[in-house]
Amino acid sequence: MKKNWAAYPYIFWIVIFTVVPLILLFYFGLTIKDSKGVVITLANFKRFGEPVYIKVLIRSLILAAESTFLCLLLGYPAAMILADRKLNFKSTMILLMVLPMWMNFLVRTYAWLTLLEKKGIINMLLGYIGLPPLNLLYNDFAVIMGMVYNFLPFMVLPIYSVLSKMDHRLIEAAEDLGANPLYTFRKVIFPLSLPGVTSGITMVFMPSVTTFVISRLLGGGQYTLIGNLIEEQFLTTGDWNFGSAISIIMMLIILVSMGFASQYETHQEGGGLW
Amino acid sequence: MADALISLYNVSKDYNGSEAITDITLHITKNEFLTMLGPSGCGKTTTLRVIGGFEHPSKGEIIFEGVNINNLPPYKRKVNTVFQKYALFPHMNVYENIAFGLKIKKMDHSDIEKKVSSILELVALTGFEKRSVNSLSGGQQQRIAIARALVNEPEVLLLDEPLGALDLQLRKEMQLELKAMQKRLGITFVYVTHDQEEALTMSDTIVVMNQGQIQQIGDPEIVYNEPVNSFVAGFIGESNIVTGVMLEDFQVELAGKNVRCTDKGFFRNEVVDVVIRPEDLKIVKESEGIFNGIVKSAIFKGVHYEMVVFAQNINWIIHSTRLQPVGMNVGLNIDPFDIHIMKKVMAS
Repeated sequence: MKKNWAAYPYIFWIVIFTVVPLILLFYFGLTIKDSKGVVITLANFKRFGEPVYIKVLIRSLILAAESTFLCLLLGYPAAMILADRKLNFKSTMILLMVLPMWMNFLVRTYAWLTLLEKKGIINMLLGYIGLPPLNLLYNDFAVIMGMVYNFLPFMVLPIYSVLSKMDHRLIEAAEDLGANPLYTFRKVIFPLSLPGVTSGITMVFMPSVTTFVISRLLGGGQYTLIGNLIEEQFLTTGDWNFGSAISIIMMLIILVSMGFASQYETHQEGGGLW
Repeated sequence: MADALISLYNVSKDYNGSEAITDITLHITKNEFLTMLGPSGCGKTTTLRVIGGFEHPSKGEIIFEGVNINNLPPYKRKVNTVFQKYALFPHMNVYENIAFGLKIKKMDHSDIEKKVSSILELVALTGFEKRSVNSLSGGQQQRIAIARALVNEPEVLLLDEPLGALDLQLRKEMQLELKAMQKRLGITFVYVTHDQEEALTMSDTIVVMNQGQIQQIGDPEIVYNEPVNSFVAGFIGESNIVTGVMLEDFQVELAGKNVRCTDKGFFRNEVVDVVIRPEDLKIVKESEGIFNGIVKSAIFKGVHYEMVVFAQNINWIIHSTRLQPVGMNVGLNIDPFDIHIMKKVMAS
């Protein structure tokens, strides 16, 4: 068999940056260091079963689900507008959509701080028209806001890519058979765009559920999500074993949800971003 | 026209300033099989889409049963379309595809089932309800597309090159089937094709189009035998089209010879197009015909031989069942009524 030398750097890369860290993750997650040395145990996983941590997990899942839903609600119409064949300046619109993604994620999130602050721009404007300042920062609203803002393009682009590739004659065929625009959307356009929707949902849900920057900056110090919990184990508490265990649990949750998503996509013609 | 089901009056459609169709006036009567025929880009599909409601005319009027439908959206029109590449819904099975229109009409579930199975019988695909449309062959998909449109019992069925993607054998079969279906159901068919043979086989009326304009409307025999200009003559069937000069009524100068013909009413010495069908040119012995020439090539075409005879500096295409060997000197003869004189089309 011919050896493919060109693949070696990539294999090396994958081993160093994916396989080795994974092995380490499982090593730390499945062991505990006590007075007798290193012991293999499931104690780290059991510890995650405590109500405090389960609450954090559930809260993370709910917040991520909420912001994913909001992204879908905002992103689908946006994708439809972009995919409209009659739209002028299409590439400009897409560029405007993607442009913020070229900036650093942290910078973008900090920008929201100055917008939402007690003495931020929004409250200043409210003050001008004589309204009392609102408490916009350090709550669910701010965190969801930050997630939606940061991850919206990941919802719009896969849906846009499916919609713009959709055979326009299918829509005409539906109209021809007597379907009004709403019925055409419900029975033809939306079902056919499902691969893009599922791909968008996974691409928004995954980073939302694991984020720790957004929740730290916009949620304030006291606001713990699963991502913060993991970060804390590694950087503050120094409990790498427990941190690794939580990471493995997160990976499993993501794997399962990916499995559901890919089930959809195998039936349809793929058209998502990946 | 009083008995027309659909009438188009001076319909034009332009896209960003360039006109796809210009000044189309056309009447479609009930139960008619009307074919729009022309090369690609001639505006035949645009005309069909205007009737279907997918394009709105920039100028002119479309009248359906006496009512102007210019701005009526497709889903409110009593026409159904069979699309060029079928446009079957890939996420639905055969049954769901066909039942799509019926469900919108809020028909009873059991009635829908009955209708779907009877239309499947009509297109000879009984028992295909549960099949996925992607698992069907081109010909089967074609039939489903027709069934999906016909099950709604439209007044008019629009067909946009529905047989274009099928192989020759299947296309011929489907042509006859479609024609038989149209006769049996008594539905008006408006059919678009670039295939002149298909148009001649199926149609009651042929509308020949070129460059966005109607060239000729007539039944197949009229369009074939009496083309109004050299474009129609050239497009429908093969033709020898040469330039001639009309010397006087019934006399034309053709390739340097004065020839008798049956046309009149041209100006004296008017330059005209002379159209002669390949099967109307007869090969005779040398010096016994109008022209003398030499056989340059001969190809076997199945029923006939296609020969090219070089005479008077022109290559004549001749169809004959009798082969003349290449290099042979022959004479060419034409009967006066086989010479078709047409006004010269301005080169555009």
